[in-house]
Amino acid sequence: MNFDDTPQEAAFRATVRTWLDANAPKHLEAQLRTAGFASGGVTSEDPMAAARAWQKKKYDAGYACLHWPKEYGGGGFSPIERVIWGQEEGPYAALGGLFTIGHGMCCPTLMAWASEDQKRDLLPQAAAGEQVWCQLFSEPASGSDLAGLRTRAEPANDGSGDWIINGQKIWTSGAQHSDWGLLITRTDPGVAKHKGLTMFFLDMRSPGVEVRPIKQANGQSGFNEVYFTDVRIPDAQRLGAVGQGWEVSLTTLMNERLSIGSGMPTGFPELFDLACRLETPDGPAINDRNVRSKLATWAVRTSGLKYTGMRAISALSRGETPGPENSIGKLVAGATMQDIAAFALDLQGEAGILVDPEVTAANGRFQAMLLRSPATRIEGGSDEILRNIIAERVLGLPGDIRVDKTVPFNQIPTSGKR
Amino acid sequence: MNFEFSEEQAQMRTEARRFLEAKCPPKAVRAVLEGKAPFDRALWQGLAEMGFLGIAIPEEFGGLGAGYLELCVVAEELGRVIAPVPFSSSVFLATEFLLMAGSPAQKAAWLPKLVAGEAIGTFAFAEGTGTTTPRSIKTQAAGGTLSGVKLPVADGDIADFAIVAARTGSGSDERAISLFIVDLNAAGVTRESVATIDPTRSHAKLTFNGAAAEPLGTAGEGWATIQAVYDRAAVLTAFEQVGGADRALEMARDYALERMAFGRPIGSFQAIKHMLADMYVSATLARSNSYYGAWALSTGAAELPEAAATARVSATQAFQHCAKNDIQVHGGMGFTWEFDCHLYYRRANLLALNLGSLSQWEDKLIDRLQTKNAA
Repeated sequence: MNFDDTPQEAAFRATVRTWLDANAPKHLEAQLRTAGFASGGVTSEDPMAAARAWQKKKYDAGYACLHWPKEYGGGGFSPIERVIWGQEEGPYAALGGLFTIGHGMCCPTLMAWASEDQKRDLLPQAAAGEQVWCQLFSEPASGSDLAGLRTRAEPANDGSGDWIINGQKIWTSGAQHSDWGLLITRTDPGVAKHKGLTMFFLDMRSPGVEVRPIKQANGQSGFNEVYFTDVRIPDAQRLGAVGQGWEVSLTTLMNERLSIGSGMPTGFPELFDLACRLETPDGPAINDRNVRSKLATWAVRTSGLKYTGMRAISALSRGETPGPENSIGKLVAGATMQDIAAFALDLQGEAGILVDPEVTAANGRFQAMLLRSPATRIEGGSDEILRNIIAERVLGLPGDIRVDKTVPFNQIPTSGKR
Repeated sequence: MNFEFSEEQAQMRTEARRFLEAKCPPKAVRAVLEGKAPFDRALWQGLAEMGFLGIAIPEEFGGLGAGYLELCVVAEELGRVIAPVPFSSSVFLATEFLLMAGSPAQKAAWLPKLVAGEAIGTFAFAEGTGTTTPRSIKTQAAGGTLSGVKLPVADGDIADFAIVAARTGSGSDERAISLFIVDLNAAGVTRESVATIDPTRSHAKLTFNGAAAEPLGTAGEGWATIQAVYDRAAVLTAFEQVGGADRALEMARDYALERMAFGRPIGSFQAIKHMLADMYVSATLARSNSYYGAWALSTGAAELPEAAATARVSATQAFQHCAKNDIQVHGGMGFTWEFDCHLYYRRANLLALNLGSLSQWEDKLIDRLQTKNAA
């Protein structure tokens, strides 16, 4: 066992490091390092412009979307080179948040299902950061049960072959900044729910599209609702066959779970730092036995995630596909972060309720974390869905019994009886 | 980077698993459980013949001279089958003490016998209830003899010799503690088997009454040596725990697939699926943390103290978690003597204390993270 690069990997790392040293927006580094938990980030200039500028610079140098084929605007690099890039890009990777959904989910779906012309047209623009994508999947009545979605796509009655969309999506990150959306709709409510779905991609500036920010439980607005009123989509923007939408959506969701090596934060280093600094009548909080025990539990969860990631990277380095162990990442990180936030407030005593960065013990970071962390356990697959995935796909346990699986969608009950 | 065992090590795993499946089926563990023998002597001899007792011992002493990664692999396999043999006492502790602090003569005297399975060694440390500290050690060394009581001592009833931590100074600080080798068959040693939560690993109370004792290592450096050996043993024990956790998870998964209730396999209920998913999570975290420990142990990295505590805490939590939920998934059947669940539950809770409690290791981990952060 070793953590050393192969000669080839070391050479790539050196090249990347040299390029980053010469090209990274170093004036933003300090701001990017303190960002996190829905607080901080680039404030000295327009963050969207900074994000786009960095993406374009990487694109021009061949370092955007490293693992994509070159003909689609990618770098044509191997999976392990992509990981090395991520390690070296460090704090500047935070500038890529605007493009995460597009590069990580929408574009891989296009790569699998769009026409060659569409791919050559759209993917390089996405890679260059010129166009931003969002994912229009969840609806108010269908979150974990995605296939229960109700947004309708019906053939236009003017013989154009176009589709007319009506309905509503929710929890759409970045919709207000997006040029394109990946949209899953119901085209046939008369068949079983998984069978009547069709996937499209949509110009977000089409008439009839309305984006409304959601005021979240933590008072911020990172997500949106998107309403569709008689929105017209050309049939050429359909991905997969009519009725094949579920299969297409699985491409997207699989990609969501394939992102590797980007260890999710748990908040542990920040908590450890707080416990070392916070004075109590008995000395620093970290001297307390109870505090130490809790810290130890969170320390091993955090390092366990780190080294689980290392095992995946190691598999990539050998040219193998990582095992299923990476599926634990968000499940562990989300719950740990929520527990850590609550404990960090507890350490601060009665003043733990204060949110003003000027007066709290760690710039209000833990208070922001406490209020944001419930979302981490829900977004991108709830804890319960993730446990089902581990149980079924890793451990081989039976799927849940689904009473609505073979029932025509329009006959599935929509409200509980009292 | 390569954060995985090599093909040769994987091959060794296959050999060890095949050997243990044949020589250490549940009924072999049960023979010791039922008190037919204090340990499985035939299995012990078999392990010696496979070379497993001398994996990390240099060839000049008859060992394989392989590395610690190989030892981790075999430790995990022994943990899977909860082998009823004194492997951890003899290989993780006695052998490591000799390798670290033994004189050339002491090494030459004991290591070849340990490799061959002709001698069993152990470590006598605790002296009753509570955390063992320099102050709590009362066993006194004087004039080449020892007097005092050690309880509990793993394999103290079957071992041929013990490394004993004893007091050579009067203070309560670490420098008052030194190490000795004691022939347990000699005069002045009384051994008494003691009942524990896990009868598949025998333990004893050792009473020394002027027993002949030979110093091991430099006087006053015993405590530091113990810490260093415990870090090494913690990594190896973590693999034993990871093996046990994995097996407990498999048992629970297999039963959940086979047991029917309300017209369905119980593994189709989310309450059971999610419990099993959480067991998988702890077992996976523990495995990854133990790999970190294995890397540090095998490369002699400066991170070893931190990595060892990380592996130890994580693996203890995982084995305890998987073993207790293995019983829960089995329902009433899991609480019968006949089902093997309790064997894993017993072993998980035994291993959780064998090198010092979970809270002690949590404390050590935080100490070491503080040191690292200060650096």
